[in-house]
Amino acid sequence: MDISSYHGVMVFAEQRNGHIQKVTFELLGAGRAIADKLAEPLFAVLLGHQLTTQHSADLIAHGADQVIVVDHPYLADYRTEPYTKALAQIIDQVKPCIGLVGATTLGRDLAPRASARVKTGLTADCTALEMEDGSRNLLMTRPAFGGNIMATIICPEHRPQMATVRPGVMRKLARDEARQGEVTTFDVAFHEEDLSVEILETVIEQATLKNIEEASVLVSGGRGMGNAENFDQLRKLATSLGGMVAASRGAVEAGWVPQDRQVGQTGKTVRPDLYLACGISGMIQHVAGMEESGYIVAVNKKADAPIFEHADLGIVTDVNRLVPALAEELRKRSGE
Amino acid sequence: MNIVVCIKQVPDTTEVRIDPATGTLIREGVPSIINPDDKAGLEAALALKGAVGATVTALSMGPPQAEIALREALAMGADHAVLISDKRFGGADTWATSITLASALRRLGFDLILCGRQAIDGDTAQVGPQIAEHLGIPQVSYVSEIQKVGDRLQVKRMFENGYQRLSVPMPCLLTVLKEMNAPRYMNVGGVFDAFRAEIPVWTVDDLDVDRAQIGLKGSPTRVKKSYTKGTKSAGKVYEVEPQEGARIIVEHLREKFII
Repeated sequence: MDISSYHGVMVFAEQRNGHIQKVTFELLGAGRAIADKLAEPLFAVLLGHQLTTQHSADLIAHGADQVIVVDHPYLADYRTEPYTKALAQIIDQVKPCIGLVGATTLGRDLAPRASARVKTGLTADCTALEMEDGSRNLLMTRPAFGGNIMATIICPEHRPQMATVRPGVMRKLARDEARQGEVTTFDVAFHEEDLSVEILETVIEQATLKNIEEASVLVSGGRGMGNAENFDQLRKLATSLGGMVAASRGAVEAGWVPQDRQVGQTGKTVRPDLYLACGISGMIQHVAGMEESGYIVAVNKKADAPIFEHADLGIVTDVNRLVPALAEELRKRSGE
Repeated sequence: MNIVVCIKQVPDTTEVRIDPATGTLIREGVPSIINPDDKAGLEAALALKGAVGATVTALSMGPPQAEIALREALAMGADHAVLISDKRFGGADTWATSITLASALRRLGFDLILCGRQAIDGDTAQVGPQIAEHLGIPQVSYVSEIQKVGDRLQVKRMFENGYQRLSVPMPCLLTVLKEMNAPRYMNVGGVFDAFRAEIPVWTVDDLDVDRAQIGLKGSPTRVKKSYTKGTKSAGKVYEVEPQEGARIIVEHLREKFII
């Protein structure tokens, strides 16, 4: 492999039902920074059917220099083979130095297959990406052992250097309509056998399937929420943070939330990136289920609540007034 | 139907502790288990065997002690077990691992390959799809139900916000979720037989595999460094009005790139 012929950064622009996924814009933000450091272009690969110019415009406004589009009926719904074929052929033709894919349930199916087809390495679920000083190595950092260990991986002699990137970690750029970019179409010769896997049924269920162990953000409430109405406020907050509601045993016993949301010794062990404990005192049985969380914020009106000993950030205040204020603050900031 | 289930022996991560002095994993005394997603794959294979008839082979790659995981698979009801073990496979990343497993799978023959979605020590979810690519067969990952219908399989494929029902031709590879079933226990008679069974150990010399593509040398990716997240220092606590508290939280979350 002549690695010197590989240039630029390529982002797989994941769309589902015509909606470009949030992680795509995050990858463009991260990819833009790397491309600028290399002084090379940022490509976005958009696969699908009946795509519009607006899709490409959105990708350019968020940082892409060139959008490479394959629009074909075989790409209408995600299937491993046609998507792999298209992505691998584009990689072989464009020869990017770096290839980034969102670590979604789609990206984690596509990226290993496509990277194997173009005979390169792949690093899973990265949470940090940067160029090594003085080389063209991408430093890909990822958690292992359930987050106990961080490892920085390189792929020195193969190209592209490919990574899947955990959603919600990278920063997207503010939309810039003035940004200029090029849109090109790419032809892929598909065959009937590419569709050997048949889709019988597709069912969209809003978040009901996810369990709290998989959420990257948990807004968790305890007895200190006081009543079911107050507890419901946590759901809005969780939604605005892209997370789920969890609870202490007290809140479950009070009947405010089903048992499958319970964190702790008699509930589930969770390790989200953010655990926001609202009105939870922090008994050892609860802490055992969440102490490995990436970042713990505790809100409680009692300054001596044990939860504060485990929190990275503690706020002593009336939680039921803080929750709506926080939702409002987040809404304001997201508009910036 | 020939089903091969790929299983990995992993340390029970709920027991993993970090040595505060060296910052490395304490593996001593940590029990090893069959990776939970893989064990679900084994259960799925045994369920298919019960429903439509199949020969189930458990395949593992690892150090000699991975044999224990294979004996557990036999005791649960697997018909055969094979261990791939050779120092020359050591240090393999997911590419080199999948190349090695694919060559063993070619030797074994298969109609269906079941892998766990991901292992709890590495969490990559890559080896299954990479094997499927090396073998040139269809794959479906994140599978939570499997049924044989005619000469094809009908599977339920989970997404973040829903699922698909897919019909897949065989041979194929599926990666499965531990939520799909509750693995059976080893049966008493099975345990006895399993611990007497001869488990073949395949080395590099037993496989038709490109030696340039195995082990550390054949791995495109390298660990540059690894470290533990610094031990937690006591967090800051602010006693403030709710409005101010909300502002402080947002500020900290932005600083930590959480929002």
